[in-house]
Amino acid sequence: MMTLFANRWLPQPLLSLCLLFIWLLLMNDLGFGHWLLGGLLGWVIPLLTQLFWERTPRLYKPLKLCLFFLRILGDIVFANLQVAKLIVGSSSKLRPAFVEVPVELEDDLALTMLASIVSLTPGTVSADLSDDRKTLLVHGLDVADEEALIREIKQRYEAPLKEVFTCSPT
Amino acid sequence: MLAYVIPLCLAIMTLALILTLLRLIKGPDLPDRILALDTLYINAIALIVLFGIWLGSELYFEAALLIAVMGFVGTVAVAKYLLRGDIIE
Amino acid sequence: MNPWIEGLVAISLLLGSLFALIGALGLYKLPDFYMRLHGPTKATTLGVGGMVVASMLYFSNQGNGLSLHELLITLFLFITAPVSAHMLAKAALQQKLRLSDKTRGRPWEQ
Repeated sequence: MMTLFANRWLPQPLLSLCLLFIWLLLMNDLGFGHWLLGGLLGWVIPLLTQLFWERTPRLYKPLKLCLFFLRILGDIVFANLQVAKLIVGSSSKLRPAFVEVPVELEDDLALTMLASIVSLTPGTVSADLSDDRKTLLVHGLDVADEEALIREIKQRYEAPLKEVFTCSPT
Repeated sequence: MLAYVIPLCLAIMTLALILTLLRLIKGPDLPDRILALDTLYINAIALIVLFGIWLGSELYFEAALLIAVMGFVGTVAVAKYLLRGDIIE
Repeated sequence: MNPWIEGLVAISLLLGSLFALIGALGLYKLPDFYMRLHGPTKATTLGVGGMVVASMLYFSNQGNGLSLHELLITLFLFITAPVSAHMLAKAALQQKLRLSDKTRGRPWEQ
């Protein structure tokens, strides 16, 4: 009964929280009125856009996702330093390559996140996803070893995402 | 100290904008030009935030946020046009 | 303003603008489109990030309370930069742009 009520009137609690957070940031003020208005927006917008969402994405381990994002932030800074070094150095020494990375994620949001993270981190840009959604085409700026790159993407980024977005305990 | 650092940063940003502009003019293909425009608007955001610090005014934040939103929509629209020959299918 | 804070603001401003410059340099000098794509998606996002951190520090120490709304710009750029890079890469793949000769591996047919 309780969950039915929550599902009906608060279809996406996480989205509501995000909207409230963004509203408070935008206003740059923590007054009571802003909390009220932000809460109202966070409640009404998911209700109004309910038909637009095909399926509510489910998170199984939100806390783990937060920790994962913190690590990604560190990786982004490191990636930037690395790419900066590559760009300033001689461009004839670069070893660009297209690498096909097999992916096992099925959820739309998880796939989008993986592709975005690959684009933001060390020397790689995700260029295309195959039609059967099983292979990600990745372009690397300076790839020494294709196998190592595939392994790193799978272990470092895909495994945690898989853990967050699937319900199996492994 | 900031009185010296900010003009220096403005000079560096200008140099970056000039390099991007050169790529925009030279760019052999259309995707190159779109990429240059994309970089141009992101650098413009940085320049506006910098300018806001220089003048000590928080008003420039809104301008920067608007450019970020509009620039993204513009890039996606043009890239989509290249991809499909049409923006709204 | 506290000289330490001022120093931090100056350092992050310098870092931000240097990253933006490096991104633009990459865009200018790298040999083919796919390699040029790397500069703006990474270096430039961090360039704006540096500026935004400086702006947050500066305005939070003006005596009007904490100022965090600049975070929205970075958040938005972090979400949108990979998307636009992906769209551009797809467009370039479809147009079959010339690859640098050293590139190993080939993209599949569209």
